[in-house]
Amino acid sequence: MTGKTLYDKLWDAHVVSQSDDGSSLIYIDRQLVHEVTSPQAFEGLRLANRKPWRADANLATPDHNVPTTGQAAGVEGIVDLVSRLQVQTLDSNCDDFGITEFKMNDPRQGIVHVVGPEQGATLPGMTVVCGDSHTSTHGALGALAHGIGTSEVEHVLATQCLIQKKSKNMLIKVNGKVGPGVDAKDIVLAIIGKTGTAGGTGYAIEFAGEAITDLSIEGRMTVCNMAIEAGARAGMVAVDDKTIEYVKGRPYAPAADQWDAALANWADLHSDADAEFDAVIELNAAAIQPQVTWGTSPEMVLAVGDKVPNPADEADAVKRTGMEKALAYMGLAANTPINEIAVDKVFIGSCTNSRIEDMRAAAVVAKGRKVADNVKLALVVPGSGLVKQQAEAEGLDKIFIEAGFEWREPGCSMCLAMNADRLEPQERCASTSNRNFEGRQGQGGRTHLVGPAMAAAAAVAGHFTDVRELD
Amino acid sequence: MEKFITLNGLVAPLDRPNVDTDAIIPKQFLKSIKRSGFGPNLFDEWRYLDHGEPGMDNSKRPLNPDFVLNQKRYQGAQVLLGRDNFGCGSSREHAPWALEDYGFRCVIAPSFADIFYNNCFKNGILPIVLDAAIVEQLFQETDASEGYSLDIDLSEQKVTTPAGESFAFEVDEFRKYCLLNGLDDIGLTLQRVDDIKAYEQKRKAEAPWLF
Repeated sequence: MTGKTLYDKLWDAHVVSQSDDGSSLIYIDRQLVHEVTSPQAFEGLRLANRKPWRADANLATPDHNVPTTGQAAGVEGIVDLVSRLQVQTLDSNCDDFGITEFKMNDPRQGIVHVVGPEQGATLPGMTVVCGDSHTSTHGALGALAHGIGTSEVEHVLATQCLIQKKSKNMLIKVNGKVGPGVDAKDIVLAIIGKTGTAGGTGYAIEFAGEAITDLSIEGRMTVCNMAIEAGARAGMVAVDDKTIEYVKGRPYAPAADQWDAALANWADLHSDADAEFDAVIELNAAAIQPQVTWGTSPEMVLAVGDKVPNPADEADAVKRTGMEKALAYMGLAANTPINEIAVDKVFIGSCTNSRIEDMRAAAVVAKGRKVADNVKLALVVPGSGLVKQQAEAEGLDKIFIEAGFEWREPGCSMCLAMNADRLEPQERCASTSNRNFEGRQGQGGRTHLVGPAMAAAAAVAGHFTDVRELD
Repeated sequence: MEKFITLNGLVAPLDRPNVDTDAIIPKQFLKSIKRSGFGPNLFDEWRYLDHGEPGMDNSKRPLNPDFVLNQKRYQGAQVLLGRDNFGCGSSREHAPWALEDYGFRCVIAPSFADIFYNNCFKNGILPIVLDAAIVEQLFQETDASEGYSLDIDLSEQKVTTPAGESFAFEVDEFRKYCLLNGLDDIGLTLQRVDDIKAYEQKRKAEAPWLF
């Protein structure tokens, strides 16, 4: 009998029952809740006169709509009345149904995918869901985590379970070590450049290899976060000493009297040596350069030293049309060197890159430098109130402010521009977020995805530039 | 949820790969706390020439004459023909809500993003995967003949063209059952309360820190 993959083990441990039709009822250990995808789920509970199955398995915080200035005024301070109502609705739903919520003003508030791990509310071995596709982030802890729609949010609230079909297993192995100045974001963008945005569809991805295990837990979260951009709902990394060290002592982590039992349980959270995967993709870490996307899909990505591709060189007609549309939208000519593309705005934040490690990486570049004159706005948005506190304790806020960046309050911000932080039409942005879709950061806005150091480098240079060659 | 058994629907072609849920329903409309009313803002940034915000009178906004759904021949379409990786990106269920509210009951594409695909079934929309070559044929036939419609039969799992050519498609048995009967799957899961409780008891003994 062949061994099991990490995904097999996580799946098997959560099967409540199996049906003849091939679907399974899967138990969910943790649901994270935010204001955008939950109101209709709570409304559904009310209409059916149902209660949450286990209110304490849910944890809520508003993130998508919250402004990144003036949070001290609380929910009343949200100027956009439609946004305010949505956050107020989350507040009242959590109050009514007895669900713990870190409200605005609570220092623990922030982006759900930063808050969950930070609190120890998402743990190794758990099944984690949230009405947000970037829930794959939590797989970095050796958990099975994926995004769901609002109907399923309601299903989990009502039953603590989901009806699922098991995905296939994919192993993405990044062999060897990355060079200096290459980070987790570069690794995952390079992976997506190789797999394509649909390459992982139908799979759960396990990321492995020396370049992955070398990453901090924060870095692994950046990689797992973008599994969905490779088409896979779930991404994960095996548990190791770094995972244990990260989890230990966090508020929702197992209590002292349960810690040893938890460790024993987590020791098996890795793929067996003889486990078989349905697909295996390998990358050479040493070949990965700092990455910049040039188009309107995360798979449209290149190394910073490359040139914008020419659609005329693409043989596939559907792909060629897609490239032409992307270049027209992005306002780019074929063969333009990436490092000659000037930026109007810079955004450092989002569930992909707003943890303390990301703040530090950007600050190293910002320190002693100034944001270029042609850059209208360079935003730094920490992922949670606690990340903000930590960064300020380290003096990072002062470095950013001195360099001409704006130091903001936590939330999803310009990743999807549901609050006031957004691009105007035709504005070009170096962004540490996860999606460069048309209109994602504001109608007509042009997004280039990069890592935090590369974003800070673009801010001080005024255009994309190789962070490793910065003067 | 509305049942889906058979449909004879006018087809509208959306000829681009990687249509993401941000394009299907832009973020500003996600601020609604309701489940309905998203149809007028389906594909908002492609469909209108101005910038849309919640609360606007959409009937007075300038339409983009180049966008396919604004062409007269596709008014009333119930079947949307798409390309690879349809529905990628965000998990927002507002995307199928908007498609359904606009009038679409079926989306045909060579591939779908997983979360979107799943969300469709919860909202009475049938997503159908057909080979890229067949989808290409349907694009050509749709383009060539105004009023082109397809017969879709979920119980038989087949799509039939006006010329009588049929294509079989796959669908999970459970999803098919729910869609054919318009069933709320929360109700079905709650019939398994004993299983859930038994699992919790066993799990609590193994991993008490999870409770």
